[in-house]
Amino acid sequence: MAKMVTLSIDDQTVTVPAGTLVVDAAKKIGNDIPVFCYHPKMEPVGMCRMCLVEIGRPVMDRASGQPVLEPDGKPRIQFAPKLETACTTPVSEGMVVLTENQKVTAARKEVLEFLLTSHPLDCPICDKGGECPLQNLTLAHGPGESRFLFDEKMRQQKHVPLGELIFLDRERCIQCARCVRFQSDIAADPVLGFSQRGRSLEIMTHSEPGFDSIFSGNTTDICPVGALTTADFRFGARPWELKSAASLCNHCPVGCNLTYNVRREARSDGKSVIKRALPRQNEAVNEIWICDKARFVYHYTESPERLSTPLVRRNGELTPASWDEALEAAAQGLRSAGEKLVVLAGGRLSNEDLFNLHALAAARKGRAVLYSDMAGGDLTAQVGLAPGSNLADLGAGSVVLVAASDLHEEAPLWWLRIKQAAQRGARLITLGARPTRLEAFASLRLRADYGQQAQALASLLEPAGLEGDFREAAEALRSAENVVIFFGSDGVELAESEALARAAADLLVHTGHTARPNNGLVGVWPHGNTQGAWDMGFHPQAPAELAHSLAGAGGVLLAGADPAGDDPALAAALEQAGFVVVQELFLTESARRADVVLPAAAYTEREGTYTSGERRVQRFYPVTPPRANARPDFVIAAQLGTGLLTDVEGRAAALVMQRIAAQIPAYAAISYQRLAETQEQWPIIGRKDLYYGGTSYENTQGLGVSLPLPEMVSLPAPKAYAPAPVPAGALRLVRFSRLYDHGSLVRHSPLIGQRLAARAVWLHPSLLVQLGVQPGEEVEITAGDEILRLPAAADENLPLNAAGLPRSAGFPTPNVPWVVVRVPAPVPSGQANKE
Amino acid sequence: MIEGLWTTLKAFFSKPVTISYPEEKRPVRVRFKGRHTLKRYDNGLEKCIGCALCAAACPADAIFVEAAENTDAARYSPGERYASTYEINMLRCIFCGFCEDACPTEAIVLGDNYELSFVDRAASIYTKDLLLEPVAEGGQLTPQETPPGVFTRSVPAMQDPSD
Repeated sequence: MAKMVTLSIDDQTVTVPAGTLVVDAAKKIGNDIPVFCYHPKMEPVGMCRMCLVEIGRPVMDRASGQPVLEPDGKPRIQFAPKLETACTTPVSEGMVVLTENQKVTAARKEVLEFLLTSHPLDCPICDKGGECPLQNLTLAHGPGESRFLFDEKMRQQKHVPLGELIFLDRERCIQCARCVRFQSDIAADPVLGFSQRGRSLEIMTHSEPGFDSIFSGNTTDICPVGALTTADFRFGARPWELKSAASLCNHCPVGCNLTYNVRREARSDGKSVIKRALPRQNEAVNEIWICDKARFVYHYTESPERLSTPLVRRNGELTPASWDEALEAAAQGLRSAGEKLVVLAGGRLSNEDLFNLHALAAARKGRAVLYSDMAGGDLTAQVGLAPGSNLADLGAGSVVLVAASDLHEEAPLWWLRIKQAAQRGARLITLGARPTRLEAFASLRLRADYGQQAQALASLLEPAGLEGDFREAAEALRSAENVVIFFGSDGVELAESEALARAAADLLVHTGHTARPNNGLVGVWPHGNTQGAWDMGFHPQAPAELAHSLAGAGGVLLAGADPAGDDPALAAALEQAGFVVVQELFLTESARRADVVLPAAAYTEREGTYTSGERRVQRFYPVTPPRANARPDFVIAAQLGTGLLTDVEGRAAALVMQRIAAQIPAYAAISYQRLAETQEQWPIIGRKDLYYGGTSYENTQGLGVSLPLPEMVSLPAPKAYAPAPVPAGALRLVRFSRLYDHGSLVRHSPLIGQRLAARAVWLHPSLLVQLGVQPGEEVEITAGDEILRLPAAADENLPLNAAGLPRSAGFPTPNVPWVVVRVPAPVPSGQANKE
Repeated sequence: MIEGLWTTLKAFFSKPVTISYPEEKRPVRVRFKGRHTLKRYDNGLEKCIGCALCAAACPADAIFVEAAENTDAARYSPGERYASTYEINMLRCIFCGFCEDACPTEAIVLGDNYELSFVDRAASIYTKDLLLEPVAEGGQLTPQETPPGVFTRSVPAMQDPSD
């Protein structure tokens, strides 16, 4: 524990750890020292001079080293001749800080007068107006009038798009460099910078495309003026007109806490619509940051393409029907299909949905299949992160091993927090087949071919036979105080994923890094609630096996999964299936092949819970009223259950959670009340403290609960894994995840839509040279029975023996171990051409 | 009784207090606050910039504003922002004039018109088309196509800040 220091701030005594800055010490006792450039998450720079305070220190007797005392017995205080910046001055014993005297008040007035010399004062049209630190602090501390000449105000560009997402207003900028420092220090994407000097100083971006960072939206939160605003919220509403609702992001396993701002709009026919998404503080999950996907992707909930009515297949055509008709048709179809029901669900559904769907499958003696190409959820349930873990606590003495994952694309906030852990002194080891952005921060970079990653990880169990980096890594894992292992799905198929997770779990068990806080296994799942799906009893199947079970099923119930849109083999299997019911937001490829389609409510229209990859159960709340005619997935499952004569709870999500708590041991202590509990977090973020932490929301609606680990670890028997051999002349097909993929939820966002990953097959540049193809030219890919024609793109990080295809590519891609890539014949043959 | 009849007779010959409304109308007082008008600049651009401060100031929550962005190809008002929706519910309005005080561009002005009657509630909501004043002579209707770099300021620059 750090040494404690006692000081007095405006006659109030406060004891804080040594090294605390005066501004933070004051904040802890509710004394708001105004700041612009200081941010509690970043190193101080003392640029804006707003935090000037008068500081006195006790006079020390040089001979004795003791404080000199006044006649009344109090230590003599020597005040500095000038004011000091509270944000750069650490506390010291006996310090006396004055924040309210005349000298300080006068200084604040003058600093604000300076900051406002060229500020345009266009608060009426500024998106920050109403939640602007400059506005608030000027009202609180500023001068009534300026002595500067009005005619000499700088006139600068008002509407500078830094990229498609963020706009800059050069006049409003007060040059605090919060955005520049965030990008270089926190996001490690130094794409913003200052150019020129003095009065001409301006913010500019030096990336192509502009402001190319997946964390760019956060700069608009911490900008203390309206200089940086999002294109999404531009002139959307005034902040005071917005209602807020606590929610979560469900696009990756981090489970970032969000607050959605909602307003009723004439433009949307008087409906309540989401105007923006802001981070909600949860220091154990996302701190106060979110990635741009979380911030800008919500538009799909308001897409006009959403299903608005149930559809029933009549005479071969899907025709609109009422809910009663559709439910009756679905129940009848599933009943007559016999007991072989396959429920295939995706990881974006909530725990309540999945529990109910699993209950349906169980009642029909069917299978509950998780639509995922990652395994290991049973292992993370046993050796996952223990309660009390926080990635922010990892530092010197800890080892973080990231295996087969491009975290920057798969789970941006984990990337951010692991990178910070590495910068705090934690030892970061990466294992993968290609370089990733995280490797820049790693102390050991282990390389294993695609197909060999699980084996490479397992080899760390026996350091004796290893050499070089592998040996060092194995020893680091053994000697570390804390070990957290992340495993992902970069070029990993389901069978290898199982082996990979197993190897990681074995490593943790053998080195004794389980069941303690800040130790454990974390799956970098493809979806937000994959962990919850495992906990609810869903298990994935390998593509061939899944195609087989779909084709042989009497009845299929699809929820939150679009197998037909992803894989042509699954599409064919779905057509062979007996009776298909789909509950979905959109008319997906799978829904087009269904017998009954039921419109599901988006997660923003209902409540529920998600379990994050760190096994934290978190609750989300209704944000907007449901679209007419869409129902939550758990309600649909319950109503189908009624038709199938099964008792499934569908009255309220909270009641489903009661059943979950009763039936699933890990969730025994979970209730909606407990999930809504909060506690005080540092730094203090909130509406009143805009100037300090930015516009992130304070967490008032629940920090979530970490699931306990079982007392006994019993790992399943390991399965041998050997990658499918790749014949000569063929390339291993490598599937990887992209942040901005073409998922059915992502492509509706007009902003993210501009940055979607290109539709291409990725090859090593020298392979392109071998083929004689320029990047962008089409190549022909033979994958199993399918022939695809796709533009080729160069990725020098891929090995020479691999062809990369992103998951959720926006078109069906065959899921096969290897492909043959060649230059298409000049005249395309009449074969199945997917273009 | 004679006294009473005398009073009646006197009134008979005096000038009547009543007027024959609506053929005849009495001028309103200088500070009368009647129905709102959204003003335009001489060139026809709307003064309203969609800042919604009137809606914030309104004690009766009668005003609803939605903003959108101007471009030089389709410009409604000077500067970047204009009101794409502007509605006042006249049933809610208490004619206090706070909106007029709050307006940074003097766009909303309570005028002389007190003839507000509706046959249904929906008709009591005055939309932007009804509230906007006609274009002055020589001006153009909005949206206008304007040269770039001319109308860059939303709030007209103060000539003398001591105003």
